[in-house]
Amino acid sequence: MKYFYYPGCSLEGTAREYSLATTALLAALGGEIEELPDWNCCGATAAESCSRLLSLALPARNLAIAEKAAPGQDILVPCSACYLNMRRAWDKVRHDPATRRQINQTLEEEGLAVSGSTQVRHLLDVLCLDFGADAVVTRLQRSLAGLVVAPYYGCQCLRPYPVFDDPEAPSCMEPLIQATGAKVHPWSMSAMCCGASHMTTKKEVGLALVGEILDDAKGADVIVTVCPMCQMNLEAHQKKISRQRGKDLSISILYLPQLLGMALGLPEKDLGLDLNLGIAPGFMEKLRSPLITQQANKADAA
Amino acid sequence: MIPKERPFVAPDKYHELEGVQKMLAACIQCGTCSGSCPNAFAMDVTPRTLWRMVLRGEKEAIFETRTFILCSSCYSCTLRCPRGLPLTDAMSALKQMAFREGRAPYKASTRFYKSFLDSVRRHGRVREGEMMTLYFLSMKNPLLPLQFAPLGIQLMLKGKVGAPFPTRGKRPLESLFNKVMQLENNP
Repeated sequence: MKYFYYPGCSLEGTAREYSLATTALLAALGGEIEELPDWNCCGATAAESCSRLLSLALPARNLAIAEKAAPGQDILVPCSACYLNMRRAWDKVRHDPATRRQINQTLEEEGLAVSGSTQVRHLLDVLCLDFGADAVVTRLQRSLAGLVVAPYYGCQCLRPYPVFDDPEAPSCMEPLIQATGAKVHPWSMSAMCCGASHMTTKKEVGLALVGEILDDAKGADVIVTVCPMCQMNLEAHQKKISRQRGKDLSISILYLPQLLGMALGLPEKDLGLDLNLGIAPGFMEKLRSPLITQQANKADAA
Repeated sequence: MIPKERPFVAPDKYHELEGVQKMLAACIQCGTCSGSCPNAFAMDVTPRTLWRMVLRGEKEAIFETRTFILCSSCYSCTLRCPRGLPLTDAMSALKQMAFREGRAPYKASTRFYKSFLDSVRRHGRVREGEMMTLYFLSMKNPLLPLQFAPLGIQLMLKGKVGAPFPTRGKRPLESLFNKVMQLENNP
């Protein structure tokens, strides 16, 4: 399976480990990716808050580049905000001819045009539907039995476009987590909002939202995410929130492909595990259970 | 599920209150939006009340509320609205109006968005360190950067953000940005 890879700006900066882990995991699963040439920022929530047309033209430029470079090849997007923006641009291009004309006028000077023929896919969609839990089971190098994992979906990978799971009660990460031998933490905050950019401009609101999520994760060893914004909000303010709430709410936060990559026995460095901001004491030791082949060798020797 | 028929708003009406009124015309004031909103606890006016204010055309009062600027685009209301209204889009349209009209109460958010887009316009991609510096400069509050210093230092130590100094870029998206401005000002 071959995809265009659209990392997005965060994955070149604050979320470098998400990009490392995504590319390492896909390679291990046999997926082929090719970085989208000359891609640009999707506009995040900033463009949407300033100009409607800009919020469509920026992501549409990426769709146009993909359509031109390899018609019919899906674009794989790991960041939920980028995914939503590209998906929305695709939706408008397909269903709103007046807006499509305007978008194409903004791309004209570069010799680009967009028709909506290329599919935009979230990483979670690709992992669940194109690869699935079996792909993890058959390549399992390390059992994560003993770990309790809280799957966190956030908002924008399933809302407002519920393409690959139930947006009210998503569950598609569960088979992937169970395939590693880990247990799924039962909780009700898996699709609640982390506050997105509130953490920068309206901090008290962001801290309150994240506090509720961390609180409900009590009992889990780790929360796994599929979005750089969610990841940063959940991992970077735990000390402050713990102080505010008068209880220890520190918990490890990993990107889903980092967790799956460990189960597949990929090197920690390739998964960028040294770059995470929120790793609780003792967690890495738990995550580093011996590889299955090592255990088998030991058993043979005995 | 996303309803197939959505209220149609012509592109040139999108930045007028009239356009937002069209989006909300079928609102039945049930309050599902307010009940679904994770940020409602911090709002002075709930989403349901805000929609009523929009439909009554109370423009000045709308731009005194914190409601739309506290929308974090989680799309819970949009998904659950029994009338299938594009409520998150309506919030965005109000943000865009506040931005275009330079309304003072929202300067923290609008300056943040502007700093972000300035960085995108320079380089085609946002440079997170540069964006934050542009934001601090635009806010003209010397104490503001201190709030972000602990996280900024952590990120720099991990090699995750580059130099926080704004740099001149190749401006690869200049034609796109210019055309957008031209079309939005003279549709």
